[in-house]
Amino acid sequence: MSAATLKARADFEVIARLIPERASVLDLGCGDGSLLQFLTETRGVTGYGVEIDHENIVSCVRNGVNVIQDDLETGLADIGDAWFDFVILSQTLQAMRHTEVVVDEMLRVGRQGIVTFPNFGFWRNRLAVALGNMPVSENLPYAWYDTPNVHLCTIDDFEAFCETRGIRIRERVVLTRGAPISRLPNFLGQLAVYLFERNTVR
Amino acid sequence: MVVPKVAHFDEPLKLSSGAVLRDYQLVYETYGELNAARSNAVLICHALNASHHVAGWYAADPKNVGWWDNMIGPGKPVDTNRFYVIGVNNIGGCHGSTGPTSIDPSTGKPYGASFPVVTVEDWVAAQARLADLLGIERFGAVMGGSLGAMQALQWTIDQPHRVAHAIAIAAAPKLSTQNIAFNEVARQAIMTDPDFHGGDYYAHDTLPRRGLRIARMIGHITYLSDDAMMEKFGRVLRGGDFSFHFDVDFEIESYLRYQGEKFAEYFDANTYLRITRALDYFDPAKKHDGDLTKAFALAKAKFLVASFTSDWRFSPARAREIVRALLENKLSATYAEINAPHGHDAFLLDDANYLDLVRAYFERLGVEVLA
Repeated sequence: MSAATLKARADFEVIARLIPERASVLDLGCGDGSLLQFLTETRGVTGYGVEIDHENIVSCVRNGVNVIQDDLETGLADIGDAWFDFVILSQTLQAMRHTEVVVDEMLRVGRQGIVTFPNFGFWRNRLAVALGNMPVSENLPYAWYDTPNVHLCTIDDFEAFCETRGIRIRERVVLTRGAPISRLPNFLGQLAVYLFERNTVR
Repeated sequence: MVVPKVAHFDEPLKLSSGAVLRDYQLVYETYGELNAARSNAVLICHALNASHHVAGWYAADPKNVGWWDNMIGPGKPVDTNRFYVIGVNNIGGCHGSTGPTSIDPSTGKPYGASFPVVTVEDWVAAQARLADLLGIERFGAVMGGSLGAMQALQWTIDQPHRVAHAIAIAAAPKLSTQNIAFNEVARQAIMTDPDFHGGDYYAHDTLPRRGLRIARMIGHITYLSDDAMMEKFGRVLRGGDFSFHFDVDFEIESYLRYQGEKFAEYFDANTYLRITRALDYFDPAKKHDGDLTKAFALAKAKFLVASFTSDWRFSPARAREIVRALLENKLSATYAEINAPHGHDAFLLDDANYLDLVRAYFERLGVEVLA
């Protein structure tokens, strides 16, 4: 993988730290497979990507990454309960139409879930909206009319969502310009990474 | 240019049915060169009506191009500049390997009706002996479409240490009831043809052409999608208007009759019965109480499974059953669902997405097995 890709996806390093060696991993919306390739090289994980786009499937094959062509929106019918240690949804949550279905499926087929998403509460985004425009930035690179993002949320929104869905957050890492921050995450954080699991008592 | 070769086997082959082939021959072709490490061999398994002639052409018959020549050859997705590719005609076939048209040494006459029913397992066993003969301990890949894909899957189950990659295109883990029903109609067409003579038509110096034609017509309908057929033939009338008789009015009738007649001249009816039966019987989960996951429990290969969206004969849902079993066994697998309009036949056609996928897979495979 190129250094440029790594830099562009600061969440890769964080995800790698959350995953133990040789874990089994399912990466939903895996794109060209770079995250799985990175995790395979750095953590020795095994697993598969799930991807809908043919060009990305071919890229995964080129990268030596196992990939299953499927539409996440319709669920993961071909995957059984708890087949994976970790199910990852990296910078894809905000583009899912059926957010609840996808998160439920993550915790059905995996023991733990990892999501990363751009924090819409980041101060620059708030400022853009306050000044009257939808934000366009490194983490939200699309104009309002051509964005795949249909469910943007803030860090607070996501945590409230987990609360109501019986999901326990095990770890949270908030990044700004690729580095972790701890102060005022919903205001100062650009990118959120969560490790979560199902509350045993719902 | 390619030249078919023949391998004779004196060691008897015990078949799934219990019958024994005392000796037999396999006709095969090879393309490219086996490397010093003997790691670049790719076995191509054929489907219903195809043969060992997978690529290239014959010097005496340059128009007779291999059935998968768009896929296999120098610089093609399965690049014979890098891989040593083998095509083999299966036992029970009618393209030179021992089958119903061969002479039974115990009678001096063609086997005909007495040739045993063969299965996908039997074919894999015979192919493995050819691999022994060619000095191939382990295939870089075993590849096939449709019934050929079934053989590739069976290889990973029966010979797990001898196949690095299995490429199963337009595959199903077993035939559906509807698939078997179509096969039965085809077989009935053949067996009720008065020229069939209980399978011993060779002695009567005739062929059950009518039965074979109808069998082939039914097959062709199921290999194409409704949309592809509509697109290709529509309701176009040959004479411009209805003729008010039962000869060819519609283009589709002309097409089916042409395909049927062509097929009836070169394909053996007894082989057709046996190959459709092998399709019916293929069901690796059967020995495991219907649990396909258990069937692949000992498999070690890496898999590429691909289906075509418009294939209603071996639909994507069937391919997904295979993928599910592979994933449950934590086997290395990739699954692609190619958006193609042509139906089951798509596996033989030029579709850029499909060919790109196979090319990418073999490029990666080359990095692995040629290292």
